[in-house]
Amino acid sequence: MSDIALEKPLETFDEQAAPATRVRGYWRSVLYRLRHDPVTLFFAAIVLSIVLLAIFAPLIAPFDPYKESVISRLKPIGWRNHFLGTDELGRDMLSRLIYGGRVSLLMGVVPVLIASIVGGLLGVIGGFAGGRVNTVIMRAMDVFYAFPSVLLAVAIAGAMGGGMGNGMLALTLVFIPPMCRVAETATTQVRVLDYIEAARATGAGTIMVIRYHVLGNVLGPVFVYASSLVSVSILLASGLSFLGLGVRPPTADWGLMLSTLRQSIYVVPFVCALPGAAIFVTSISFNLVSDGLRAAMDVRM
Amino acid sequence: MALASALDLRDRGGPAQPLLIARELKKHFPVKGARGKSVQAVDGVSFTVRKGETLGIVGESGCGKSTLARLLLHLIVPDAGELVFDGDAVGVADGIAVNALRRQVQMVFQDSYSSLNPRMPVRDSVAFGPFIQGRKKAEARDIARAILSKVGLNADLFGPRYPHELSGGQKQRVNIARALATDPRMVILDEPVSALDKSVEAQVLNLLRALKRQLNLTYVFISHDLNVVRYISDRVLVMYLGRVVELGPVEAIFERPLHPYTRALLASRPSMDPARRIEEPPIVGDPPNPIDPPSGCRFRTRCPFAEPVCEAASPLLGEWLDMQSHVAACHMQDPASGHSKAGHA
Amino acid sequence: MIFYILRRILYAIPIAFGVSVVCFSLVYIAPGDPLQTVMPPDATAETIEIVKHAYGFDKPIPMQYLIWLGHVLTGDLGMSISTRRPVILEVTDALSNTSLLALFAVPLSFGIGYAMGAIAGCFPGRWLDRLVTGTAVVGVSLPNYWLGIVLVVFFAVEYSLLPATGMGPSGSTNFHILEWSSARYLVLPVFTLAMIPIGILARTTRAAVAEVRNQDFVQTLRAKGLSEWAVIRHVLKNSLPQVMAVMGLQFGYLLGGSILVETVFTWPGSGFLLSKAIINRDVPVLQGTILTLSLVFVATNLVVDLLQSLVDPRIRRA
Repeated sequence: MSDIALEKPLETFDEQAAPATRVRGYWRSVLYRLRHDPVTLFFAAIVLSIVLLAIFAPLIAPFDPYKESVISRLKPIGWRNHFLGTDELGRDMLSRLIYGGRVSLLMGVVPVLIASIVGGLLGVIGGFAGGRVNTVIMRAMDVFYAFPSVLLAVAIAGAMGGGMGNGMLALTLVFIPPMCRVAETATTQVRVLDYIEAARATGAGTIMVIRYHVLGNVLGPVFVYASSLVSVSILLASGLSFLGLGVRPPTADWGLMLSTLRQSIYVVPFVCALPGAAIFVTSISFNLVSDGLRAAMDVRM
Repeated sequence: MALASALDLRDRGGPAQPLLIARELKKHFPVKGARGKSVQAVDGVSFTVRKGETLGIVGESGCGKSTLARLLLHLIVPDAGELVFDGDAVGVADGIAVNALRRQVQMVFQDSYSSLNPRMPVRDSVAFGPFIQGRKKAEARDIARAILSKVGLNADLFGPRYPHELSGGQKQRVNIARALATDPRMVILDEPVSALDKSVEAQVLNLLRALKRQLNLTYVFISHDLNVVRYISDRVLVMYLGRVVELGPVEAIFERPLHPYTRALLASRPSMDPARRIEEPPIVGDPPNPIDPPSGCRFRTRCPFAEPVCEAASPLLGEWLDMQSHVAACHMQDPASGHSKAGHA
Repeated sequence: MIFYILRRILYAIPIAFGVSVVCFSLVYIAPGDPLQTVMPPDATAETIEIVKHAYGFDKPIPMQYLIWLGHVLTGDLGMSISTRRPVILEVTDALSNTSLLALFAVPLSFGIGYAMGAIAGCFPGRWLDRLVTGTAVVGVSLPNYWLGIVLVVFFAVEYSLLPATGMGPSGSTNFHILEWSSARYLVLPVFTLAMIPIGILARTTRAAVAEVRNQDFVQTLRAKGLSEWAVIRHVLKNSLPQVMAVMGLQFGYLLGGSILVETVFTWPGSGFLLSKAIINRDVPVLQGTILTLSLVFVATNLVVDLLQSLVDPRIRRA
């Protein structure tokens, strides 16, 4: 088929110098870096445990989290099989903490997920279209940026009257603008690069170019940012519950538990601090895992 | 894949018909903030490209070469002027559609860090073109393998690699492979070797020449490096500030340059001969502002032979349609212009 | 330069309007009849009619917005359902108390956060850096109201060093900052509030300083023979714009995040006002407070942007 033997462009010294190293794909190299990062692995294990506890709560929790007991109110740690004491209505703290994890994880992950999709889409559209469309989208986002996030979440959830659904909606709305901005920045940066022009030159339409060339480069920053938002979302969600804007009693939720236990600090201080510790551990674990992810994905290319 | 013989089934007009005719192409970019003003990147460029030749386009930075390259592929839409590809007008109703044009013309970009998608293995970048043009993924991958071998890269070794794992020369071979994967008839090369070391540059140039012969290609080769252009071109087009100043066969341009700008360009090349030392700069003055270019002949502000007629009227290029001609857009070449040196070489 | 200032101010105006639209619509996303949400439950039919006309509830929504906007611009933010006082008075009273907290929290958090970050950034990788980064991460992941509770448990309950809640026996009317008897009430809330900004600022400053230090011009400075201290001053100056942007955001956090801290400490500030409004379903107060706080935030960001352009000449060109 080809008679390249006419001239010899092949026998080039850079070919021979080409190292025969094992070629690792991008994602595989990310995994490799993660595997060798002990701090991130440790906290990823914690995250995994929390998730597992939440999923298998009915199997793991020793007591029924809703079962009240008048005589066992506000008992300290270790009292009669209640490993972590009881709350002001006599319910087992450990069980309530485990069940509370479900709510917290849900309210932490779902809003971020939805906001990533919606915000990411808006950002890619805006970034790729440029011009007027981009300006309109970003200005609309700027209006929401003008609110401090806690305030916005409280405003929306407060106006709508609280409840888990409204709380998640409020959080989603709070997270859409930053996700949009991250996606838009990434898209705008990629859009002007040569390989996009080269893709267009082969005749690819906008959708194909976005799908094959833009998305891959945008998903990275979006994913990293989203993972860092999860810990914020957990904090915000528990804050909303603390103010009475999240789940309604008697559902177990860490923020709500902190609020109802506040009056009882003077009786069993350590028991009352437990839900906050749960929030803290969960939040910091997600935070550190997301940091580790970012470090692993940030390849100096 | 491509035919090695001179017969190409897509050929419509025969060897005598130019593969590409560009007629009075214009592209102005409006300047942000200053209403009414625009950067006249390409201002009335006309030339032909013969089938099977290499047309070299030379000029300094900012003369509009890259814009012109993108106009030829309709990556940028011209404000005025027309393109005729093998007899069909581009973008017109009964001519050839831009998509169809892109099946026959491709572009090799300068090897910058952004010429290849950093998240795609090289073989996928190359296979993308055929895939977009209708082939199935497996088929596109096979084409990619074959073309990678053709440019001198072992497909198994280099295919799965990422751009950051390749050297400059290897990346440029990939760029070439990407352009050739869709089996084009004409390839526009925009500064393809400018970013490479000299030794690698020679290899890539030789590769380009070999490929052109095997695959029956036509090249439009854009560069600011005169030596490279001389090595690879059959004909040369010299650009200055958005306009063509000289056009002709390569040896004619280099041995007997007609336009003062071409002469100055050629004279400004440093010589390897220590006995030849040039003291004065060949061109005086600063390059003019492309937003507000000089009236008439754009080179007149730096031309030692400028006269009032140069300011009054823009010189015409002459018989550019004739593919053998050697023409220059200079009043001194036009006996009827009124320039004092007109009519004398 | 002057154009940049004007443009930036002009740009803030549509944002402010957008903010007002969002606040206006809060009443409408609330469940139930919008008219009912702004009226106390025992309002007479006449009062309802009067309000209906005054605020144009019988007119189409865009008209209502304009009427509401008109009221707002003249300082009328409605009436509180629970206290029957004009919202504007409630808000201004509360804001002055929150400002007291902010007055101390801002310099504290900005100073400590920036210092921590700068030190960590100048010695990247060493134990000091790790310590600062670790502290910052903890600070950012801690629910600040929980920290407040813990501090209360420790300082007020177990050891009775500082008061647990409130602004003191005389409340906000007789608050004398300069006297310890009043000022001691400030300590815990301010520290609690400052925690998250310290964490965020430390992280941001560290990243900015480390990034600037890696730039080529720093090497050039050293090669010129500048002392390390002078080099550090240059580095800090160059990293300032990035940090300032975050400082502006953190000020917003202090406005918003105060809601949780003030609830824990029962500090009668705007945050506490908000949380009471939520419990009492006092939508006018909710709306008015959020509107005011957000507008303050917009103004703050404007000021920070302008300051930033003073410090970073590159921005003025944009």
